[in-house]
Amino acid sequence: MEDEQSFSDICGGRLALQRRYYSPSCREFCLSCPRLSLRSLTAVTCTVWLAAYGLFTLCENSMILSAAIFITLLGLLGYLHFVKIDQETLLIIDSLGIQMTSSYASGKESTTFIEMGKVKDVVINEAIYMKVIYYLCILLKDPVEPHGISQVVPVFQSTKPRLDCLIEVYRSCQEILAHQKAASASP
Amino acid sequence: MKRRAHKERRGRRTRSLLGCSSCLGCWERGPSPHGMVVKAFFPTCCASADSGLLVGRWVPEQSSAVVLAVVHFPFIPIQVKELLAQVHQAGRVGLAVLGTWCHRRQEAEERLGPFLEGLGAIFSHEPWLQLCRERTSGLWSCKATRQQGPTRPGVKDQVMLVFYDQRQVLLSQLHPPAALPDRQAGDATASAEGLAAVFDTVARSEALFRSDCFDEGPVRLSHWQSEGVEASILAELAKRASGPVCLLLACLLSLISAARTCRVFKLRPLSFIWSKLSVCGQLGHRLEQLALVFSTQKAESPAQLMRKANVLVSVLLDVALGLALLSWLHGKDRIGQLAEALVPVADHVAEALQHLLQWLMGAPAGLKMNRALDQVLGRFFLYHLHLWISYVHLLSPFIEHILWHVGLSACLGLTVALSTLSDIIALLTFHIYCFYVYGARLYCLKICGLSSLWRLFRGKKWNVLRQRVDSCSYDLDQLFIGTLLFTVLLFLLPTTALYYLVFTLLRLLVVAVQGLIHLLVDLVNSLPLYSLGLRLCRPYRLAAGVKFRVLEHEAGRPLRLLMQINPLPYGRVVHAYRLPSCGCHPTHSWGSLCRKLFFGELIYPWRQRGDKQD
Repeated sequence: MEDEQSFSDICGGRLALQRRYYSPSCREFCLSCPRLSLRSLTAVTCTVWLAAYGLFTLCENSMILSAAIFITLLGLLGYLHFVKIDQETLLIIDSLGIQMTSSYASGKESTTFIEMGKVKDVVINEAIYMKVIYYLCILLKDPVEPHGISQVVPVFQSTKPRLDCLIEVYRSCQEILAHQKAASASP
Repeated sequence: MKRRAHKERRGRRTRSLLGCSSCLGCWERGPSPHGMVVKAFFPTCCASADSGLLVGRWVPEQSSAVVLAVVHFPFIPIQVKELLAQVHQAGRVGLAVLGTWCHRRQEAEERLGPFLEGLGAIFSHEPWLQLCRERTSGLWSCKATRQQGPTRPGVKDQVMLVFYDQRQVLLSQLHPPAALPDRQAGDATASAEGLAAVFDTVARSEALFRSDCFDEGPVRLSHWQSEGVEASILAELAKRASGPVCLLLACLLSLISAARTCRVFKLRPLSFIWSKLSVCGQLGHRLEQLALVFSTQKAESPAQLMRKANVLVSVLLDVALGLALLSWLHGKDRIGQLAEALVPVADHVAEALQHLLQWLMGAPAGLKMNRALDQVLGRFFLYHLHLWISYVHLLSPFIEHILWHVGLSACLGLTVALSTLSDIIALLTFHIYCFYVYGARLYCLKICGLSSLWRLFRGKKWNVLRQRVDSCSYDLDQLFIGTLLFTVLLFLLPTTALYYLVFTLLRLLVVAVQGLIHLLVDLVNSLPLYSLGLRLCRPYRLAAGVKFRVLEHEAGRPLRLLMQINPLPYGRVVHAYRLPSCGCHPTHSWGSLCRKLFFGELIYPWRQRGDKQD
């Protein structure tokens, strides 16, 4: 079952949440950011090239212009490959674990998988920055202390959705985790 | 209000559509009456194999079944059990027959069904898996039945299929994020947590993969080798040849190390020169590494094997770069050009130093110096410089020959050539080092005198026994002379301090250049090139973890996932496999360095660990 809804992030940009329910034990949530806008790209390129042209008229060295083109290209490639995240996905599979994938604009994907044995709980935390923001995070068990928490892993760090979107994801995750806890409690 | 109610109604409707084929409806009402979820790890190579029995390992803690191979018909059950016992002995992993695999053309092959179910009586296993795939449509169906269980007998469990690439999982090595301190390598039984159990099981069952369905043995198996047995003539030949070659090289290296430790080198002048030259340290380090690589002992763990491979590749690259440098140096008479340029450069540096000293002897930067002390120090350093220049001119006819022979050392490796360069720089700037030592000692003496006379000025004394400052009553003549000396030293301080500052800056410049060269040598020494190459070309070999992908899902069919290997990021590869370097890192922090500079203590940034302090 697939479902698409539109939300907004903490800065006011539009986000699209896609929910896929593959089975009662496997759900996927996919948050998509708005793509790189042509307007901002053109603005940055024009600024850099105008600055380079200004320097060129001062120094009369044509290396500055080629250097500016080189820098713009490298900067754009670096931004697309390392910085701009298009989509963030959370895949939760009962009795296997939770997987978080970030897809960059250049197509690169970086995945982290946390096994269900290490997951203690999924909670929504509050953070006080310049304003109050909410974020979803996964609490990991401490191998030494049974009731302790060893790590807090935040989810959807780049897309930063607002509380309404987080509540939807939180409810679905809790359904699966409750099932997992019931299964692990009974022998 | 109306819109929200409409959404809820729509949500409930879609859920009820799925309720009949999946367990969503009844599951929400309470714990599932359908039993637990059984995970079946199935190799992708067996998806096209003919019908047969599933052989693998059942991990009860995670209720997962790791399927390793498919046994084809016809077979004799006793022989299958014998084979499993053999693999159990070889790899210490408990395998069993987990269920049946049915790869049929259409629904029409019904006669196979009861036959397969009958096999459950011969090889009893809890739970008994029944996997089935239709050839034409490629649709899967799975069943897992339990005879005795906590709920009801004959209850069905839900099965989740996880496909994995057997060859990649066999060859890969998991790198957990943090090594647990109490985990021991080489456990008696296969026990690992989570998904590491799957990797462990496949790695320990190598004995199972030796024969496959095309062999003439009693039992015909299908596994990753069925796609083509992996072997390479070059690898086999290299393995055979490596034994005697290692033995020969190990003997040679032991001879060289024995020669190195002989008594002659322990004598005072040679051992002193040995410890000061960085090229000797580098050669010793390389010798140790080569002894490790060519030792006749087999590597105990995969980490040791990686280390050996890294060292070998690093040495080979080093020698290759060294030979390239050598051929560049010896072509077009570059050595001659270098030798010709060396003496004028040394002259130029000496002239610059002379100008500097003349400037210091005058009024440097408008500061007024004490004329007499200034002249004395300036003349002393000028004379020293003059001596140095005469020695360099004396050596100038021999420089080309020396450089030519020293340049031959580049064939031992680029690191050796760079260390030699660093030593040559140290030797050529020896006069700057001497000036620094003179200036530092003078300044240190002055600071010590000033601090103790300052204490006298205030009526205090340093108690050596108690290691603290105590008050003390001085006689009048002691106080008089003390105060006089204090003022003399205080007013001479700017001159000495200026000389010290200038020479310390020059020394720090030389040390910085040497430091850069050492950094480069360290980089070549410690970079794990084999591991980086492996990460680039065979990323599945170094695994940080796994990642899952959900395959096409139809309602009513079991959930299918594809498990792929998540490779280790490059930064972690370098961190995990970096080779130990020479150990010549500076041991001071910035704070202690500044403190030493202020008090005039001598700094030796390249002091080896374990050397005595001067």
